[in-house]
Amino acid sequence: MTIQTIAGPHDYLRAQFRWRWSEIAFWLATLLPFVLAPDYLVLASQVASTALFALSLDLILGFCGIISLGHAAYFGVGAYTAGLLSTWGWGEPLSGLLLAGLAAGIVGYLTSFIIARFRHLALIMITLGLGLLLQEVANSASFITGGFDGLQGIHTWPIFAKFEFDLYGYTAYSYALAVLFLVFLLARRIIHSPFGLALRGIRENAQRMPAIGAPLRSHVRTIYTIAATIAGIAGAVLAQTTETVSLEVLGFQRSADVLVMLILGGTGRLYGGLIGAAVYMVARDQFSGLNPQYWYFWIGLLLIAVVMFLPNGILGGLSLLARRAKAAS
Amino acid sequence: MSETALTARGLNKSFGSLIVAADVEISLPAGVRYALIGPNGAGKTTLINLMTGMLRPDAGRIFLGDADITALPPYERVRRGLTRTYQINSLFPHLTALEAVTLAVCERRRVAQAWWRKLTAYRHEIDEAYEILSALTLNAVCYRLTRELPYGQQRLLEIALALATRPKVLLLDEPAAGVPRDESKDLFAAIAGLSRDITVLFIEHDMDLVFRFASRVIVMVGGRVLVEGTPAEIASDPRVRAVYLGQARRQPIPERAP
Repeated sequence: MTIQTIAGPHDYLRAQFRWRWSEIAFWLATLLPFVLAPDYLVLASQVASTALFALSLDLILGFCGIISLGHAAYFGVGAYTAGLLSTWGWGEPLSGLLLAGLAAGIVGYLTSFIIARFRHLALIMITLGLGLLLQEVANSASFITGGFDGLQGIHTWPIFAKFEFDLYGYTAYSYALAVLFLVFLLARRIIHSPFGLALRGIRENAQRMPAIGAPLRSHVRTIYTIAATIAGIAGAVLAQTTETVSLEVLGFQRSADVLVMLILGGTGRLYGGLIGAAVYMVARDQFSGLNPQYWYFWIGLLLIAVVMFLPNGILGGLSLLARRAKAAS
Repeated sequence: MSETALTARGLNKSFGSLIVAADVEISLPAGVRYALIGPNGAGKTTLINLMTGMLRPDAGRIFLGDADITALPPYERVRRGLTRTYQINSLFPHLTALEAVTLAVCERRRVAQAWWRKLTAYRHEIDEAYEILSALTLNAVCYRLTRELPYGQQRLLEIALALATRPKVLLLDEPAAGVPRDESKDLFAAIAGLSRDITVLFIEHDMDLVFRFASRVIVMVGGRVLVEGTPAEIASDPRVRAVYLGQARRQPIPERAP
């Protein structure tokens, strides 16, 4: 406290944005699967792409208060873009990733004009509607999307024409993790920019924003477009690493799952979606191993427990513990 | 040269059968300190909502300087220099005071859309925010979360946010609402110390403060402007006395009273 009052405003803000030890530890821990669980690298790569998807939802839900039940729409557009490029004969992963992000970003930008006009409950219905709409479009356009059977014959070329995607998921996890980390750096920069401050302002008090001269809708459109782009990149990573795309990537189940993961991990903290995705997917993997039929029972129990005992998610609980430990010492 | 800073012409607004603004005509000369008074439900806050675009008038026009701003959205009016504060604190609870004011400065300087550069690179904006906070004696607490600030300092932060937009006209809705009497004098001293380039209109119930800090007074009753004048004229006006003796509730428009 005394240090803070002495420091000037520039030093104070710089200190807010510094990398913390817990962050560095987190990213080092993402390397552990290579050593500790080499049999689970395929799962780990799926966790990484889902974590990226959850990060994108956090940008609009956690920082802007936009509740979406149709976020899989953008994930799906990205997945189909990458998948289609491959079936049409272009399996180069990095350019596929960028084009998938671009396609999802364009769809995101167009839909953002609708999104920016609404808040709260209306948004749930609108995002749900958009998601269902897009899924039906993909279903009926089966001559492009393969309909219910999904896309056939996706093959992803080696990364940098050198690193072949292997059966054990070694390349897949390396690739998914690298993309996750780079996009995370971008998201972190956004949060620490003037625009990020505006997003926090919207979360704290959207009604007040126009009264300080903020173009609220334009801000919402910008972040929604960015989030859709990131969701598209996440979808592309999944399509490229699993070499399959089916209607499920656009489905309501995926939208609901990612929302659950984010709430589980904690919203508005960037890391919440990442941790939520890891916990949820590992739990699902373990529970379904124990009992393939009733694993949703345990997921349900986990959700209720988290919301009851950790209303701000796992990360919220952890930061509360850290603060208590600090106060006690 | 007494230019007009803000003009309202023939403003009308009603919610169903409830008339909250009836043919309101107001014109504020630049640089003047105005008080807007009237009994509860007279339409004072509604008038601020109409002028800042939070409510759409059923009829009438609003001018900022010579420009017709009736059709502009609220944020566009703020960008042109018409800013308000709120009677009940409307702040950003989990932003620090410094962050909140820096945000308002960034919005004014049109850099709040920049998502690719670090906030710390915007040194001018941060310095300006810190200066505004210092001028209002908030610099010592500016690294604390807004929700942790004492109420009186939150009221000052309301004004700091408004000043960060560099207003030409500042509409203060009961700036000292809920503040203890001795502190409210400090608050009004801060308002009195504002640049004379800013035209100020404030809603206030404490007549002591009104007569001390306003150079002109507007009295509203039942959605209408009853009378406008210097504090001395208002104090001696029999219609105003009648309103404040409590007849206003039953007979909203005294001119028509039998």
